[in-house]
Amino acid sequence: MSDVSSQTARSVIDKGRPGRLREFWRYFRENRGAVIGLYVFAAFVLVAILANVLAPYDPTAQFRQNTLQPPVWQEGGSWAFPLGTDPLGRDMLSRLIHGARFSFFVGIVVVVVSSSGGILIGLIAGFAPKWLDTLIMRVMDIILAFPSLLLALVLVAILGPSLLNAMIAIALVLQPHYVRLTRASVMNERTKDYVVSARVAGAGLGRLMFVTVLPNCLAPIIVQAALSFSTAILDAAALGFLGMGAQPPTPEWGTMLAEAREFILRAWWVVTFPGLAILVTVLAINLMGDGLRDALDPKLKRS
Amino acid sequence: MLRYFLARLATFVPTFLGVTLISFAFIRVLPGDPIIVMAGERGLSEERYQALRDQYGFNDPLLVQFWNYLTGVMQGDLGQSFVTKKPVWDEFFALFPATLELSICAIIIAILLGLPAGVIAAVYRGKLFDRALMSTALVGYSMPIFWWALLLIIVFSGNLGWTPVSGRIDLLYYFDNVTGFMLIDSALSGQDGAFWSAIRHLILPSIVLATIPLAVIARQTRSAMLEVLSEDYIRTARAKGLPPARVNGLHALRNAMIPVITVIGLSVGTLLAGAILTETIFSWPGIGKWMVDSIFRRDYPVVQGGLLLIAVLVMLVNLTVDLLYGLINPKIRKR
Repeated sequence: MSDVSSQTARSVIDKGRPGRLREFWRYFRENRGAVIGLYVFAAFVLVAILANVLAPYDPTAQFRQNTLQPPVWQEGGSWAFPLGTDPLGRDMLSRLIHGARFSFFVGIVVVVVSSSGGILIGLIAGFAPKWLDTLIMRVMDIILAFPSLLLALVLVAILGPSLLNAMIAIALVLQPHYVRLTRASVMNERTKDYVVSARVAGAGLGRLMFVTVLPNCLAPIIVQAALSFSTAILDAAALGFLGMGAQPPTPEWGTMLAEAREFILRAWWVVTFPGLAILVTVLAINLMGDGLRDALDPKLKRS
Repeated sequence: MLRYFLARLATFVPTFLGVTLISFAFIRVLPGDPIIVMAGERGLSEERYQALRDQYGFNDPLLVQFWNYLTGVMQGDLGQSFVTKKPVWDEFFALFPATLELSICAIIIAILLGLPAGVIAAVYRGKLFDRALMSTALVGYSMPIFWWALLLIIVFSGNLGWTPVSGRIDLLYYFDNVTGFMLIDSALSGQDGAFWSAIRHLILPSIVLATIPLAVIARQTRSAMLEVLSEDYIRTARAKGLPPARVNGLHALRNAMIPVITVIGLSVGTLLAGAILTETIFSWPGIGKWMVDSIFRRDYPVVQGGLLLIAVLVMLVNLTVDLLYGLINPKIRKR
């Protein structure tokens, strides 16, 4: 008897509450900007993956007869180079397509490194005795006292300018945000009944940290991950622009802008397109981040 | 109240020590020997090398070195530039007014445009203006400002020829450096067109630097206003029959200001990071460009000292914001 009723109750719950993913999608879909952002981001990822297939030329191939050729719709342009060529006669379109690959790579690596490190340290800070917690948070305060781009710039100056070092520097600079966020959520969750009961039931510290508490802290962290993906792309491009990120002839968008700088008044397209690519990508990710926040974290919901 | 002040100050000291430690470590973790870097291409004899190592204290134990560095910092001694041989402290404060002038103009633009825009968007929530504004703000927030600067140069300096591409003032004008602020100095000099020239040089960099804070302030003002507008006392004020302008402007905005002020305070770090890019592009002779140039010239004492001074500056501003916050909002103090 009790068995049957509990079963029906469960089936009702199952029906009444759609799967987590579906529920998430329902909220996410409400935000039209976020859906557009998602599509643009998906296109960006596809371009990054299929760069070799999509790009008409090798991004470093130089066509010396066709230097600084304007895009196809302007006088002097041709379909051979739809977005024109740069001062060395390289095809802009191919370079932009391959640039997506670098930006995507930077975003992924930085988010994975900074979030996994930050979450781990944040969890430790949340569960640690007070002195260790204070120590960790002071160290994070110290990192946050430096303007992030400046600290990344100096770190790259120490490590030597390259895309890899730029990624390490950016990951290090972004990490304190994850630490603070994770620690704050852990502090909030730690005293709740379900955690206490798990502890009473004999769950070890590791299990409490990663299995009991962490999944309930994930919502703001996922939102932060989306936002730091775009920050990483922007900062890597800025470092590339300053000559401290990817080095020429790498077709990284920021580096392309740096190379094009002296031609800005003669050839608008070499400057306009790489920046536009950065803007569109970052904008799409930020739109998506807003939608994620609305769907995952009702507390932060934009009213 | 006093307890809050003291507690906040107590966190300042260890952070300051940590920041000092990082900038101290900087020159020691660099690949290569700083003395050899300093000697440059000429190289130097073994005796001279040892003498210099002694002179700069690299032969002392690390703890002693840090103590000497720390006491030096407290007295304003940050070492000398490898390149100009001038004290880093003097160089910093000679260039700082340029950055300060640019930053102040940028933050004024951001507040003057962002605050009213956010208020109007909140009052007309969901209307065309609100949606247009929020989309624009998101674009501004996502903007790679170094590219934005180049676009503005193409349009306003290249195509229209309205603004100069770089510097703070035309070379034509020369006057004494009274305050370090070009706008004030040029006006004081009384020369024809000097003030106008200073403004034309300032306008593009200020717009570029203002872009991100403007977007952040507009978004923050809007959401703070929306929160306040749903409060009971606003309904009461409306029910009393007060005119909407008075309700929105006086009752709501005053209470919405607290989070907005925090955001403005926190944007100091953003401004300094933005200044690095903006000053480099517009050849603006401030500390951002100075830092980038020094990194490329391997002028390590300058990088080290500048890093420390900028961090301390950010910390001081954050401390001030926190203390002001405690004064305005009694709830914070209790925590």
